[in-house]
Amino acid sequence: MMTRLIFAGYGGQGVILAGKLLAVAAMKSGKCVSHIPSYGVEMRGGTANCSVVVADEEIPSPLVFSPDIVCIFNEPSLIKFGPIVRKGGLLFFNTSLIDAEPNVPGVTCIPVPANTLAEEAGSYQTANMVMVGALVARVPELASLSALIAALPSTVSARKKDLLQLNEKALKSGFDLIQAPVSR
Amino acid sequence: MSNSVLTKVREKLVYSRPDSMYPRKMHYCAGCGHGVVHKLLGELMDELGIAEKTILVAPVGCAVLAFFYFRADGCEAAHGRVPAVATGIKRVHPDHVVIGYQGDGDLLAIGTAETIHAANRGENITVIFVNNAIYGMTGGQMAPTSLVGQKTKTSPYGRKAEDVGYPIRACELLNTLEAPYYIERTSVHDVKNVLKTKRALKKGLMNQIEKRGYSFIEVLSACPTGWGVTPKAANLWVAENMASVYPLGVVRDKGAKA
Amino acid sequence: MTATAEKILMKGNEAIGEAAVIAGCRYFFGYPITPQNEVPAYMAMRLPQVGGTFLQAESELAAINMVFGAAAAGARAMTSSSSPGISLKQEGISYLSGAELPAVVVNMMRGGPGLGNIAGSQGDYFQSTRGGGHGDYRHIVLAPASVQELADLTLLAFDLADQYRIVVLVLGDGYLGQMSEPLVLPQPSGKQFDKSGWALTGAKVREQHLVYSLLLSPEDALEKLNLRLQEKYRVIEKNETRHETYNTEDAEYLLVGFGMCARILRGAVVSLARAGVKAGLFRPITLWPFPYRELAAAARGRKKILVVEMNAGQMVEDVRLAVADSSPVDFYGRMGGMIPEVEAIVERVRGYVE
Repeated sequence: MMTRLIFAGYGGQGVILAGKLLAVAAMKSGKCVSHIPSYGVEMRGGTANCSVVVADEEIPSPLVFSPDIVCIFNEPSLIKFGPIVRKGGLLFFNTSLIDAEPNVPGVTCIPVPANTLAEEAGSYQTANMVMVGALVARVPELASLSALIAALPSTVSARKKDLLQLNEKALKSGFDLIQAPVSR
Repeated sequence: MSNSVLTKVREKLVYSRPDSMYPRKMHYCAGCGHGVVHKLLGELMDELGIAEKTILVAPVGCAVLAFFYFRADGCEAAHGRVPAVATGIKRVHPDHVVIGYQGDGDLLAIGTAETIHAANRGENITVIFVNNAIYGMTGGQMAPTSLVGQKTKTSPYGRKAEDVGYPIRACELLNTLEAPYYIERTSVHDVKNVLKTKRALKKGLMNQIEKRGYSFIEVLSACPTGWGVTPKAANLWVAENMASVYPLGVVRDKGAKA
Repeated sequence: MTATAEKILMKGNEAIGEAAVIAGCRYFFGYPITPQNEVPAYMAMRLPQVGGTFLQAESELAAINMVFGAAAAGARAMTSSSSPGISLKQEGISYLSGAELPAVVVNMMRGGPGLGNIAGSQGDYFQSTRGGGHGDYRHIVLAPASVQELADLTLLAFDLADQYRIVVLVLGDGYLGQMSEPLVLPQPSGKQFDKSGWALTGAKVREQHLVYSLLLSPEDALEKLNLRLQEKYRVIEKNETRHETYNTEDAEYLLVGFGMCARILRGAVVSLARAGVKAGLFRPITLWPFPYRELAAAARGRKKILVVEMNAGQMVEDVRLAVADSSPVDFYGRMGGMIPEVEAIVERVRGYVE
């Protein structure tokens, strides 16, 4: 198994952290992982993205050009990364900020009202967690929900430790969205 | 009878080589100021008892071999990089006496950035800047401190300010910075000024020993060979021409009593 | 290192910094340049915690010469930069080499020439292995291919530097520096190196120590230094040449690459094996000394050698020197910050089969 993912959104939406949390959780579960952010000039322009690879074997390149899965947090990222998803891949998109249903042939699009659920969980800043929760609910071989929760303390920066519980709540909320859609 | 005369002869040594200096013949030209400055430094190493903890960083230029003359550790630096090398040494050995020794091309042309930033950091080092208004070792080219009108190998018609700018005054330049503790300009063109230079060097070394910060002593010095004149004429030229462009005296002394 | 040692997810540039701290490096002098900024930032955070000194210099020239001073004073010192900054440091690297001072320099290569861009590249192979500065000198070049190796080889770099009184260059690229991977922090080697015979510590109860490379007499001084340097370089070539092979046993095609390209080639070897094509990987770990003899042996009897680099073809010249006429050598390169993809390499090799 080798799954290549891209997380993309506005700077400040926590897409780099979302990718890092997944990578740490998968690593702790014994997977080979890599994580690389877009950097430099791109960082200043307002959009951010990172490539994550989760695999059972050594990872050749950490850069992802044709992702199996993308997690899209805003409209510009949908335009940039929607078209490069592999056939048969998954496209998670943040319906809170993306109005139109993505039209990507051969790709399964999964709506996640990330900001809405994040606010319900207590802070709009946890939209990234909602997305990761939804991701692993749909693709459990990447990492388990409990592995994500366990990875939170070592991943979230020290000055945001007070957000640990909120993050956990948001993760669960995203997870439940996919895992138990009937209950919603 | 002759015996009784001899017994009355007592040797009284009034002048000798400092213990901190090796008995090596200097390579400097007749009338060059480097030898005088070296001698003062050697005497001060004796007086302050610091040779065993001194590390001298020599420049590229006529003083490139300066460390050969002292019974102290010595280090080379690439052209202009003395303050950077001295910084590296001083950060490793904060209790040692680290002396940067530089000429005008080294300190004010190729090494201007290193000079300004070491001063600006207030590195606790002593920088001795020997200004002779010319590149001596490479054969007499124009220096950043060459005077307007001064003829050199690369300003054969005299330095033209409108073409290559004016001589740079290092002390005044560094005096715009907050950090330096002590800045003084002296000269070694006559005995009185040699003694003043020794006092300035001593102050610069004491400041470092007492961990007060960056000290900078500019010493105006003759280069008879580079200037193409006799040593006597060269020293007169320092007094009459250089000293008016580069005024002698204390530019800053944070340790001075108010 | 224990088998149960905990894995952490760490960014390549930060792994270099932590490995340097583990190696006992307490002096870092640097100047900002992307994509290696996390190295100085990490050292600025970390060194004060262990009683060390981080100093942001006014330029790369100043930084490498501060390293010169600290190394002359007997300390383990390092600097890091990326391609354009490394060009500036070449002056200091030549002086360090002439004065036989130990120092570790990190180059996280970016696209060039000129200002280029900030993406990863391998365009500095010539500069790194042929002596980027003036004079007849060599320095060791280590080429890590993972975050783990960035740490392991940085640690090794300090030991090699002290052992041979030589500059050791850790040559990575922007991608390696920016990526995070699982890392087991290396343990210090515990090796001790006696510097009391030459380091500048003050001439108390001993004759003066001098650190310099100015030797004005050609016949009895400078040629002697050069002969001694060359003798040292021959010893290093004999003892410190490192390489790695993967799946080369019965490979018909030999893929050769260093650093980032080596891991991509490993992926290509796996893909080709699944498609029934027998390919193997030869990966130099030391770029100087280059494993000429080992590569010559590994290349013998292969149908084709494919060299892949993130440049226009630099290491391929060394591969050709090693392989000579024993097998045909092909080259595939990407430039300007582009990175070869596994699929492109697989396609290239499958082209040989048909």
